Amino acid sequence: MSTEILMPALSPTMTEGNLSKWLIKKGDTVKAGDLIAEIETDKATMEVEAVDEGVVLDLLFKEGEANIPVNKAIAIIGDPKEKVEVKKEAPIEKVIEEKKIEKNIETKIENKKTDIIDTPSPKIEEDRNLSSEEITMRQALRDTMAEEMRKDNKVFILGEEVAEYQGAYKVTQGLLQEFGKERVLDTPISEHGFTGLAVGAAFKGLRPILEFMTFNFSMQAIDQIINSAAKTLYMSGGQINCPIVFRGPNGAAAQVAAQHSQDFSSWYSQVPGLKVIAPSTPYNAKGLLRSAISDPNPVIFLENEILYGLKGPVNNDINFSIPIGKANIEKEGKDLTIVTYSIMLQKSKEAALRLKEEYNLDTEIIDLQTLRPLDTETILNSVKKTNRLITVEESWPFGSVGSEIANIVQRDAFDYLDSPVIKVNSADVPMPYALSLEKLYLPQVDDIINAAKKVSYIK
Amino acid sequence: MNKLQKADYIKMYSFMLKIRRFEERAAQLYGMGKIGGFCHLYIGQEAVVVGILMTIDKNDSVVTTYRDHGHMIARGLDPKRIMAELTGREDGYSAGKGGSMHMFSKENNFYGGHGIVGAQVPIGTGIAFTHKYNGEKNICRTYIGDGAMNNGQVFEAFNLAALWKLPVLYIIENNKYGMGTSVDRAAAGLDLYKRGEAFGIPGEKVDGMNVFSVIEAADKAGKYVREGNGPYIIEVQTYRYRGHSMSDPAKYRTKEELDNYKQTDPIEIVKAEILKKKIATKDEIEKINKDTLEEIKNAAEFATNSPFPKDSELYTDVYL
Repeated sequence: MSTEILMPALSPTMTEGNLSKWLIKKGDTVKAGDLIAEIETDKATMEVEAVDEGVVLDLLFKEGEANIPVNKAIAIIGDPKEKVEVKKEAPIEKVIEEKKIEKNIETKIENKKTDIIDTPSPKIEEDRNLSSEEITMRQALRDTMAEEMRKDNKVFILGEEVAEYQGAYKVTQGLLQEFGKERVLDTPISEHGFTGLAVGAAFKGLRPILEFMTFNFSMQAIDQIINSAAKTLYMSGGQINCPIVFRGPNGAAAQVAAQHSQDFSSWYSQVPGLKVIAPSTPYNAKGLLRSAISDPNPVIFLENEILYGLKGPVNNDINFSIPIGKANIEKEGKDLTIVTYSIMLQKSKEAALRLKEEYNLDTEIIDLQTLRPLDTETILNSVKKTNRLITVEESWPFGSVGSEIANIVQRDAFDYLDSPVIKVNSADVPMPYALSLEKLYLPQVDDIINAAKKVSYIK
Repeated sequence: MNKLQKADYIKMYSFMLKIRRFEERAAQLYGMGKIGGFCHLYIGQEAVVVGILMTIDKNDSVVTTYRDHGHMIARGLDPKRIMAELTGREDGYSAGKGGSMHMFSKENNFYGGHGIVGAQVPIGTGIAFTHKYNGEKNICRTYIGDGAMNNGQVFEAFNLAALWKLPVLYIIENNKYGMGTSVDRAAAGLDLYKRGEAFGIPGEKVDGMNVFSVIEAADKAGKYVREGNGPYIIEVQTYRYRGHSMSDPAKYRTKEELDNYKQTDPIEIVKAEILKKKIATKDEIEKINKDTLEEIKNAAEFATNSPFPKDSELYTDVYL
């Protein structure tokens, strides 16, 4: 059997090559791995090796011949006793036929049915198992971690100062005493390393909870979060999942300035493969953290330092959870919708009270709870009812969660809108240190009220 | 490790040859446009992974770089499916979604195939952490290219592994070049195996062209790690015959340098040993050669005939 040696493509972009030099001649016996020719490509001159074995029956081009198309036969090797058939024109194969893919005009970010659990977010006002005692957000998070660690040995926590110090913000208080140093691990200040380590542990079947002292430091580790944790399930064709929770405070604290105040909600929400949660109360912190720890995917759990001390009732059932991907209608209303999350829920509620008192506007407030997958249904239903929307969040304005919501709403509820969507965000600058400037930087109740007036055409 | 048996020599020869023939065929398919993107060949380095393979337990874990085809073959994975991943087809190990650099086999404890230089090092350390956490006697072999040895997360991982005494064996495959930059232009202090010293991690340098040297070092290091002493570093001196990736003509090195290494070809060394020890005859070797060529030819055939992934696969495996 004779085999054709074809002009190889030696770079992803090469379409033709020049035959600089033959390293074999007719009648030579070649073995796999032998050098046969030098080919000049669009990038360089490369040596080409034989892959098949046999006697060189014919060389189809002379040295120096140029512009030979890729995949054209340049030599024939085989058994000399056999008759050689040389195809005059070796077909230039197109690897992938260009298919006409009918695409939507716009690429939609689609939530698959399976991503969304069809149970609604439980309502605190209807919860019969509500504790009489109010606890802090800090304690709600701690209790939930402890409950899940009691249930499943594979759950462990690691991070800076989580064990002996009892947590930089005391969120892990007492966990070392209860679960020991094998399951509550102090790490060095080494985010890139210990994040990669935790991701590896999750690949191998453990369920790490990784605390970033603040999400600002997750930037040291963001390659492992995005390139390893979020993408490996896909890259492995569904074989290797990464059940890990990255949690810690996100956004501004108080006067900690530019490097310690950033809100990362839209950064992480942009990444397929990650789920992103931002709780706003002790009640939903508890239900959402339980869902996050039980989830087989990597979850970014964005807490807020200022909210750690926020008190409220919780549901103490150790199986109480709030589904990921479900927003909560915090307050029903008919005149306009505010979509918000995390600490801005508090400011939005204050604004709603004043809007009622001062302008007789009945505001509907949606607390997103989960940023990815986004509960677009709840948002759209609300907009279809109130016809006016403002988004309120702490992050920078460019490409924020509110930007995506504004896009979805104009696309899917355009005819329902009575005014343009307005976004309320932080100022588009690094966070300043001075108290006065910090206040200017962050969205305030007055900013929300001004936006509400604008969408309601109130002067 | 027990004395090498006759069958071990044949196994080593067969695996090394299989890797080489596979890579040559991959180069051909790349040339034909059947394989796209980045494709990093292992030709010349076969003794490293095959030497390590001889000391491995199937429940040990492995994690490596993007130069991973040979590692998968040594792990006993099916060349057909590896090649089908290279051609981006649905029968590939990652169903065509990973490609040459991102291949995994969870059931064989093969955790990739990582495309970001150095990223596999903390990950392998975390897999070792899991072995220890679960009270298993297994270890994680974490391969590192010489290029990654200047990457910060590698040292963070070394620190954690030593601090927590994790059962991880770091194998530095020093093939002398990180892409086009030679080690001496990239690393201050040439002995990469000494870079664990500051953390108290023992290390040694070994000739990676000679599979017998690799086995000896891997066996000793593996025992040390398995006994719970913490991590260990082996720096294997090897050489890639080809460029960094398919489009690299490797002009940054001389032909003499390459020819020099080819004089100590790892496969020829094993073959000579087999003939010297009369473990197999020339004819028997020739039969292995023919069978291997045939197997890889079939793999290429399979990989070019396997269908492309269905369009609906675009949206699967994003979340579990």
